[in-house]
Amino acid sequence: MNYAERLQNVTVLGAAGKMGSGILLLTAIEMADLSFLPENKDKNFILNAMDISDDALSGLMRYLKVQVKKLAEKKMVLLRKMYADRDDLIENGEIIEEYVFDVMNMVRPVTSLEPAYKSNIIFEAVAENAALKIKIFKQIDDNNPNKPWFFTNTSSVPITKLETEAGLKGRILGFHFYNPPAVQKLVELILTENTMKETEEFALEYAKKLKKKIVYSNDFAGFIGNGHFMRDALYGINKALELAEKEKLSIPEAIYIVDKISRDFLVRPMGIFQLIDYVGVDVCSFIMGVMNPYLADEDLHSPVLDKMLELGVKGGQFSSGAQKDGFLKYEKSRPVAAYDFETKQYVDFSEFQAKCDAKIGAIPKTQKPWKAVNFDKKKLDILEDYFQELNETNTFGGKLAVDYLNTSKQIGWKLVNMNVAKTDDDVNTVLLTGFYHAYGPINNY
Amino acid sequence: MKKLRKKVYMAAGYNTISLGTGRKEFNPKKPRPGLEHYIKEAGKATLEMIGGAKNVDECVIGNFMSARFNKQGNLAGFFPMIDPGLRYKPAVKVEGACGSGGLALATAIKTILTDTAEVVLTLGVEVQNTMKAIYGADVLAGAGWFQKRKDGHAYFFPGQFSDRAGAYYEKYGKEKTRLGMATWFKNAVENARLCPTAQEYHNTVEDLLALGLTEPNGKFFVDNLSVYDCSKVSDAASCLIVASEEGLKRCGIDKKDAVEVIGFGQAEEDLTQDPEDLCELSTTKEAVRKAFEHAGITKDDLATIELHDCFSIAGVLATEAIGLAKPGKGAEYIAAGNTSRTAKIPINTTGGLIGWGHPTGGTGVHQAVTIWEQLTERAGDSQVPIPADRPYGLTINMGGDDKTLVSIVYKRG
Repeated sequence: MNYAERLQNVTVLGAAGKMGSGILLLTAIEMADLSFLPENKDKNFILNAMDISDDALSGLMRYLKVQVKKLAEKKMVLLRKMYADRDDLIENGEIIEEYVFDVMNMVRPVTSLEPAYKSNIIFEAVAENAALKIKIFKQIDDNNPNKPWFFTNTSSVPITKLETEAGLKGRILGFHFYNPPAVQKLVELILTENTMKETEEFALEYAKKLKKKIVYSNDFAGFIGNGHFMRDALYGINKALELAEKEKLSIPEAIYIVDKISRDFLVRPMGIFQLIDYVGVDVCSFIMGVMNPYLADEDLHSPVLDKMLELGVKGGQFSSGAQKDGFLKYEKSRPVAAYDFETKQYVDFSEFQAKCDAKIGAIPKTQKPWKAVNFDKKKLDILEDYFQELNETNTFGGKLAVDYLNTSKQIGWKLVNMNVAKTDDDVNTVLLTGFYHAYGPINNY
Repeated sequence: MKKLRKKVYMAAGYNTISLGTGRKEFNPKKPRPGLEHYIKEAGKATLEMIGGAKNVDECVIGNFMSARFNKQGNLAGFFPMIDPGLRYKPAVKVEGACGSGGLALATAIKTILTDTAEVVLTLGVEVQNTMKAIYGADVLAGAGWFQKRKDGHAYFFPGQFSDRAGAYYEKYGKEKTRLGMATWFKNAVENARLCPTAQEYHNTVEDLLALGLTEPNGKFFVDNLSVYDCSKVSDAASCLIVASEEGLKRCGIDKKDAVEVIGFGQAEEDLTQDPEDLCELSTTKEAVRKAFEHAGITKDDLATIELHDCFSIAGVLATEAIGLAKPGKGAEYIAAGNTSRTAKIPINTTGGLIGWGHPTGGTGVHQAVTIWEQLTERAGDSQVPIPADRPYGLTINMGGDDKTLVSIVYKRG
């Protein structure tokens, strides 16, 4: 079975979710491109979009149509070539409409597993629940005569566990997209001891066609991305608690300070609390829960997250893409208030911003926001100058930032020492491409 | 062509801003003013300068594709909306693609010459940001022959002029041509920065020449042009009056505040034929020749020019069509600074189509307004010197790929 044949019948599980919908979109486009090749013209390509909710699937089809159209508008030069033999399609608008139909026409929204019994590849992006994943994999594999391959998007469950318990010897690998899959360039590729060579080769070709950057991670719970993010997040949460106690700050004040330090002083795209909200308080808590049993020398668990979930404050996004409130409250995607899980209320930044900013102290003069730095050709020079100045500052905020930076570096080293990542570079690549950081955690700053 | 049988003037010019990417007010996600807004703003401004609608005898509006950009036809019917005083007055819409504005001027001039009108309110308008550029390309392709659309480029007109640029690179050398084109872009933006209504007025890029030298990428756009070689998508209207001597008097406008039309040339080429020589704008050349002959002047009598640089390569080719540069020497002529605002004959003093903007069907009228501002010395920061011994202005407005041409010679009244 060659690459195109393999992709002739595909199922995405959890297709209406945040990750699933992106995987579905990218796969649909790739399949459509294949279907236009002369040798594939008379073949039928099928992409099952499986999810449990009919409502969510309706939303998915709408999302898909909008996104496919947007992509089509961007590759019009190519599309005119693809449809050159269709004399009835003359204008760009006519060609785009036909292309959107052709892509949508491959997609079958389904709520049962049966269609997956004919698939050659199963992309899995259901909830981070190992038992659920195993049950579904087993059911499909028991009924599918094609010996299908399973590409799981899990960001935390060890692949070997899934392989063993679902009895998929050699036919599974971790193919971990970053959120949102259509935008983020990074995929973490995780093999088990048994993963077949041809499955890996297909994964590499597929990633290449999707223009994704592959970083191999060893099969250890959390892999590289969450291995860094979860520890980084826990450090941020605990630092806020520590500040509240030692410096006699309210919880919202402490959250504000840590978020600001981790964003502005660390030149990151988001502060740590905003990132937790973006990923979802529930998702973070769940991932820590999956990872923690595998960790011998540390306790990756936060009672604060438990408390937030008890209070029903979860973060994450609305289906429109707008940010839900979590540790922070958002207006037009910008944080404007911080949550006090003791009084169960948001407190506006305006009530304490001046006081907190004064406590933090002036930000080093050479600091520029992430947006101004990350796309600058002289990025490395700018960062070098800035961090040199940061290391020399004696302000409260400056010291917090340096501690934060060092912790992030320690986490990076730990991932290499634990053999989760093969090299320092792999850790840095994951943070640069999967988290859009301007610099890797393992650096000389 | 016979000499004008009586004096024809233009006055009371007005340009709205050219709205589109580059202007701070522009937000593609928010609703924008429509066709009606632009027609009203420009029309009212001119009426105010001429003592009101009662002084207007007839109206002409130039527009290219409102039927598709705005799903609106019958534009002549918008004149009474500008002012009830225009109700029941004769009005007509003319269309000749991006040369529609020039055709509106020519129509108004001829109306004055027939003696049936003394004052013709003349307006040009296009509102094109109603759709994304990739669909706008379909609409604008209507300026070419539709039978050739299927084989054309996704970005049809950039594709046409990319072919011209490619042929020119091959014949005369790419490097020096790109330098001339980049200089054209630089001049356009620098001039636009002096004109508050220009689309590139807010442009703050430091190294414009480097940007202009951006290497074309045929994978995403066309083979031989980058986006900086192209005019942008614009919403704008321009308005003025075309009037007889008596008409000016009626409006209370001193001749000194008007420009006189000394001569004009019109030329049309077969839409179904490809250009004979990609490296020459032969129809432009013919229209300019006619205009010069009609006016009895030469290029050496010109103080300033507004020409149709829908693409930087069109600017290069136009300098040759006018006779400012020999064939193959246009790019070097530009690179040497001969078209800049400090040159002997400054060209496109408020940015032209690339810098000021290109509201397709409105551009011809915009050019006339700009020349009127320059020759009557009301161009503000973008004013260039108008020498007494060569006081003439020239406009060249082009529809399609060198198909529909109107060129006019002006002098202060």
